[in-house]
Amino acid sequence: MYSCADLKKGLKLIIDGDPHLIVQFDFTKPGKGQALYKCKLRNMLNGSLFERTYRSGESFEPAQLEERDMQYLYKDESGYVFMDQKNYEQVTIAEDVLGDDHYFLVDNMQVKVLLFNERGIGVTLPNFVNLRVVQADPWVKGDTAAGNNKPATVEGGYTLQVPSFVEEGDLIQIDTRTGEYYTRVKE
Amino acid sequence: MSERNWQLARKQQRLEQRARILQQVRAFFVERGLLEVETPQRIPANAPELHIDATEAGEAVLQTSPELAMKRLLAAGYPDLFQLCRVWRSGERGGRHLPEFTMLEWYRRDADYTTLMNDCEALLLRLVPAGCLVWQGSSIDLTPPWPRLSVAEAFRRHASCTVDEALATERFDEILIVEVEPRLGPGPLFLTDYPAPLAALARLKPDNPSTAERVELYLGGLELANGFSELTDPVEQRARFVAEETARRTAGKPPRPLPEPYLAELANLPSCAGIALGIDRLVMLLTDAPTIDAVVAFTPEQL
Repeated sequence: MYSCADLKKGLKLIIDGDPHLIVQFDFTKPGKGQALYKCKLRNMLNGSLFERTYRSGESFEPAQLEERDMQYLYKDESGYVFMDQKNYEQVTIAEDVLGDDHYFLVDNMQVKVLLFNERGIGVTLPNFVNLRVVQADPWVKGDTAAGNNKPATVEGGYTLQVPSFVEEGDLIQIDTRTGEYYTRVKE
Repeated sequence: MSERNWQLARKQQRLEQRARILQQVRAFFVERGLLEVETPQRIPANAPELHIDATEAGEAVLQTSPELAMKRLLAAGYPDLFQLCRVWRSGERGGRHLPEFTMLEWYRRDADYTTLMNDCEALLLRLVPAGCLVWQGSSIDLTPPWPRLSVAEAFRRHASCTVDEALATERFDEILIVEVEPRLGPGPLFLTDYPAPLAALARLKPDNPSTAERVELYLGGLELANGFSELTDPVEQRARFVAEETARRTAGKPPRPLPEPYLAELANLPSCAGIALGIDRLVMLLTDAPTIDAVVAFTPEQL
């Protein structure tokens, strides 16, 4: 069982029989008062989102999910299709069930598909993914301050903050666990 | 050669603002004649608090607040005091919490918590001469005097039950955070007169001993400062410490000794009032930072 101290973004719990993923987490507490744990949870079977606040002392059942190595093939109208290269079995996961993870899927990427009662309910991505910048404001000459940043959009439509020297056409590495820029890839 | 640490580099502007804010805070108190002091951070015992866990450091603990040492100085005859220091509270990590953070604490002799509220107004106006700041889209008008709302009245206006009912069901903190705080508005606002059981070191109101002279300052919905008229009765203080330490042990928390030197010298403490203000949250408000992570060079996860 998990206690409140174990709660964090990315943890998977069983609530009312269904596996749930913590997609946002915040610890909060009046200075002299009791700790409260605010969770935004996603039902991993139907994608529904809701918020719950827990108090210290509560406990949680971990979601035991089967993980299988699979390759991402393509997207069709029913969702994202993955294949087990050992037996060619295919699994399809709908976009609202995948959440933001769908932005980081690249053709032929090796991922771990999470299965609950043989149903695909999510993926574990590689920690880093390389994606090409398709939209970013141009670099202003003379802007050499290392800390300046600007928004950029990468292939697939994901938008994030990048350093000012990153330009359209650059390949960048993104940390899939935080969704943040990590480094520029030299080609 | 690897790329520069961009996450760190992008904080530079805020950290420069943070440095200026600290300099102005110091100047504010020095101008008003308060003495800056430094007291040990590694100590045998903090004031026991059921909901605050100290970080162990060998045989000792790290301070969760500098309050006991500062009040011992006052009891020895020192004038009005302030301190800027690091404090540690184990397990506290969220968008507005760090387990190691910077606290500003000050004390006024021959004063009560109303003096502290006036000080807060003057300090913020010194830091924001324009008298208005914008934090995360909310406009905050700092023109004094700031509203002072009692906890009982705040619950009557904003909560689904009374303070007494919340206390009886041990849901005071939950209702405060979930129902009351979001409806207090951007502030500034002083929440005053806490139920006596929630103010282990505060003096009770002479005309209403079920409440204590404790005040919390809210700014932008953030709990920014907590202060009170200090309890100066050693017998009453020992009884409250024993009750709090007993509650800690019942909850399975590690036992700590009582702060005996403090209790021994408390009889000499003059009538006074003291308040602690979270510097990191103050910097968040003054630099329009969305989280506490943005106003410190390193979070615990980045070490």
